[in-house]
Amino acid sequence: MKAAVIVFPASNCDRDLKVALAQAMGRDPDMVWHGDSELPETDLIAIPGGFSYGDYLRAGAMAANSPIMREVVKKAQAGTPVLAICNGFQIATETGMLPGALLRNAGQKFVCRDVDLLITARNERFVGGFEQGEVVRFPVAHHDGNYYADEETLHELEGEGQVAFKYASAEGELTDAANPNGSLNNIAGIYNKAGNVLGLMPHPERLISEELGGTDGKRFFDHLVNSIV
Amino acid sequence: MTEITKEIVAEHGLTEGEYEEVLRILGRTPNLTELGIFSVMWSEHCSYKSSKKWLKTLPTEAPWVICGPGENAGVIDIGDGQAAIFKMESHNHPSFIEPYQGAATGVGGIMRDVFTMGARPIANMNALRFGRPDHPKTGHLVSGVIAGIAGYGNCMGVPTVGGETNFHAAYDGNILVNAMTVGLAETKKIFYSAAAGVGNPVVYVGSKTGRDGIHGATMASAEFDDDSEEKRPTVQVGDPFTEKLLLEACLELMATDAIVAIQDMGAAGLTSSSFEMADKGGVGIELNLDHVPMREEGMTPYEIMLSESQERMLMVLKPGREEEARKIFEKWELDFAVIGKVTDTGRMVLTMNGEVAADLPVAPLADAAPEYDRPWTKTEPPAVIRAEDVAAPNDLGEVLLKLMGSSEIASRKWIWEQYDHMVMGDTIQRPGGDAAVVRVHGTKKALAITTDCTPRYCYADPETGGAQAVAEAWRNITATGGQPLAITDCMNFGNPQRPEIMGQFVGCINGMRRACTTLDFPVISGNVSLYNETNGTGIHPTPAIGGVGILADYAKMTTLAFKSEGDVVLLLGDLSGEMGQSLYLREIEGREEGAPPRVDLEKERKHGDYLREMINRGHVTAAHDMSDGGLGVALAEMAIAGNIGASIRLETAIPPHAALFAEDQACYVITVKPENVELVRGLALADDIPLHIIGTIGHTELKIEGCLTISVNDLRDVHAGWLPALMSRPGSE
Amino acid sequence: MKARVYISLKNGVLDPQGKAISHSLQGLGFKNVLDARQGKTIDLDLKDMDRAAAEAEVEKMCQQLLANTVIENYTIEMLD
Repeated sequence: MKAAVIVFPASNCDRDLKVALAQAMGRDPDMVWHGDSELPETDLIAIPGGFSYGDYLRAGAMAANSPIMREVVKKAQAGTPVLAICNGFQIATETGMLPGALLRNAGQKFVCRDVDLLITARNERFVGGFEQGEVVRFPVAHHDGNYYADEETLHELEGEGQVAFKYASAEGELTDAANPNGSLNNIAGIYNKAGNVLGLMPHPERLISEELGGTDGKRFFDHLVNSIV
Repeated sequence: MTEITKEIVAEHGLTEGEYEEVLRILGRTPNLTELGIFSVMWSEHCSYKSSKKWLKTLPTEAPWVICGPGENAGVIDIGDGQAAIFKMESHNHPSFIEPYQGAATGVGGIMRDVFTMGARPIANMNALRFGRPDHPKTGHLVSGVIAGIAGYGNCMGVPTVGGETNFHAAYDGNILVNAMTVGLAETKKIFYSAAAGVGNPVVYVGSKTGRDGIHGATMASAEFDDDSEEKRPTVQVGDPFTEKLLLEACLELMATDAIVAIQDMGAAGLTSSSFEMADKGGVGIELNLDHVPMREEGMTPYEIMLSESQERMLMVLKPGREEEARKIFEKWELDFAVIGKVTDTGRMVLTMNGEVAADLPVAPLADAAPEYDRPWTKTEPPAVIRAEDVAAPNDLGEVLLKLMGSSEIASRKWIWEQYDHMVMGDTIQRPGGDAAVVRVHGTKKALAITTDCTPRYCYADPETGGAQAVAEAWRNITATGGQPLAITDCMNFGNPQRPEIMGQFVGCINGMRRACTTLDFPVISGNVSLYNETNGTGIHPTPAIGGVGILADYAKMTTLAFKSEGDVVLLLGDLSGEMGQSLYLREIEGREEGAPPRVDLEKERKHGDYLREMINRGHVTAAHDMSDGGLGVALAEMAIAGNIGASIRLETAIPPHAALFAEDQACYVITVKPENVELVRGLALADDIPLHIIGTIGHTELKIEGCLTISVNDLRDVHAGWLPALMSRPGSE
Repeated sequence: MKARVYISLKNGVLDPQGKAISHSLQGLGFKNVLDARQGKTIDLDLKDMDRAAAEAEVEKMCQQLLANTVIENYTIEMLD
């Protein structure tokens, strides 16, 4: 299997994502520089967390207009799986690959902590390694992770099984206390209609070993790689 | 041309004596640009004129020290051809005036100090001091400083893994923001600042120069008064995105061999960077200021030389390597300009518009910086306060709950949740423990990092306080299983022209020296911030210590959390029952009095070395050093972290309130599996080390026989609740 | 030629900064403040060109980059 990680000048989770993918794949992914206009042959495109071009206008806005993202959008439309984490998720919404937008956290502050997530929809490729209704733990680390979409879009996302993860208590209850950023319907991650693009604010690549405090992220990547191979 | 009057000289912070020295060195009257250069170079911030005499007495060497104080940061050998490079620096005055930008640029500056030397930053920490919690400005300052640190560090993708925060009325008018960065480099790829090679190009890279921060260095060397709000325009604005590009571009260029010398433009910008490079190399430099990339039109040589615009670097390259370097910086969309060359004249010659704007001798200006032996008076050590001098409370449980929810002990989670403390994927001990632990990427090694100082001890007895700060840093690293290696210090004090303040400085240094020597814990970098006074009231003396240690195998790391039911709890060290300067005395009795706890450095060393050995042998399941709040608080913190209680029984003649809350030094609480207890006790006995069984882990409450029983949940609630409650008051945004 | 673009969050989209601003103002004793919404202003310095053409181009800029129309409204003001 081959994977490509897109690297913007201020990406900062690119190495972490590389380590997590390499651990699951047994080989390093290609690191693709934002200025490149061509993507290498790949079975998975991963867009990492960070601040892409400084994110001064809106998180992900400038990156969404970069040459490499035009290529990513094309490949996504052709069915290549795309994993967009944190800033990657923000970029994916800005390109229109995923619906909605990510606003400033309701608490206004950057928030970095482990969160519990309810697996809310089936998607064999991305979360087939977990049970539907299972609660997994990944960390969040963002300032703009407050998911917003208009009512119609929300309705559609919920109805079509496009909501991937919801912030929940350890017991799987969708409470306000479990929601770190004010996201509507506690939404932490969503799929596109075709189900080949996953955007999520939490970072599965940060919990990939016992020393780091958990292995749910390792399970996520191991399954993802197995399902693509 | 501006005439140099007495008033102008005074505005530049030079004394009459200093100005006479300027005239002697030049043999003529300086022009305004030259005067500005003298003023920043001879400011306290750049010249250490009041502190140098005493700083020189600190131990700075050890077999593992590669580079001590004097460079951008200190360097230690961590084996396998790798080095850890670190430093802590203050950004106090700017942060008080504009908390977000002041703190952010402080973080940016210290990261530049570290990557200038060839290291990729791998962890940040911060030592913060704010005014009393109910001061009307405190909430606003806390909120701005934390957001500023987070805004910069998070964007850079360097984890901020902890630090310390105190609140006290002594900081009402002068908060302290001390930022520390630790970086990782190869020992054979370390970069220094000495310019060399006559004719070599001097290159400017990074952001453009604007009018920001002019006179920042002199501001950092002056007291505040009620007009300080007026000084706002001199605060610089940080751009972490540009710094991230600068970091990547510098590391990319450093992978080649094109760089002769490199220096970041921090306080006093182009002036101090160019003079330091020339002075260290014993050479001259010619700069053509027309070539400096500028953000604003019509800037004068004075403004260009004194600007403190951020995210800029000065380099000397090998001849003919300019184009190669230019390509790298252009790839990262940064400015790159050859602005001068190295000469053999020993002079700094600045030209602009075809005219000489300044012509100054380098060595006299740098080396003849004034050095003062300021008069000082010793702080009289206060009387020891014994348990008998302090009334016993009615309810020890209430006392523990009150302390857990007090400003000094309450959880700092509200702060560190705003820091990305996990990015880079190597943080294996997150904030909230004794020290943070960060893996050395791709190896079995890890670095333990901590910042420590107990200002109320330093105020009561500077020498004991100085020694205690170093000892606590050493203990915190030890409690994770790490071998302490070296420290950086950030010396925050009031006006050194007052003998009692200078006496605090001298006392702290003397205590630090004793501790560093006995504990083999040398000082490899640091910074001094004086004149932290408002309307004549100084801060508590605050020598913040940043300590770094190494774990050879992070699999052996310990944390403070109680682990499993049945583990035996032991106290390593002896209780004295002396209560001076304890939080108990302050929070329960409202008294800030007495002698701080004694620091016996031989004992510290012995107890710590023993604990580290037990951890390395795998006998210890949890370890926590005793500090603020004493034994009672240490036990509560371990229970909260492990979410499990303990049953404790103290067999001592000391009254319970003193046994639980006196802040005795050289003590740790540890836990051991029952089957290993005899083994560790036997080893302790053989070395004559006091090790007392005090209880067992289990159940959902902390029970101290005859004293208190409190559920772990109740302890957690008061511990977690204080800071969020403070920060949700109106006006705290 | 200069153009000024005002960007604000659409009504109904939560504006935490605006909320904090009104909360702070009320805390400072400005009891007449009912609500605050915050946005941003972008000043563009353009080559001299036909005013209508310039306005059309700024409109495009807003659509493509300056505003995210999922959550934001924008207005353009042409200045001389």
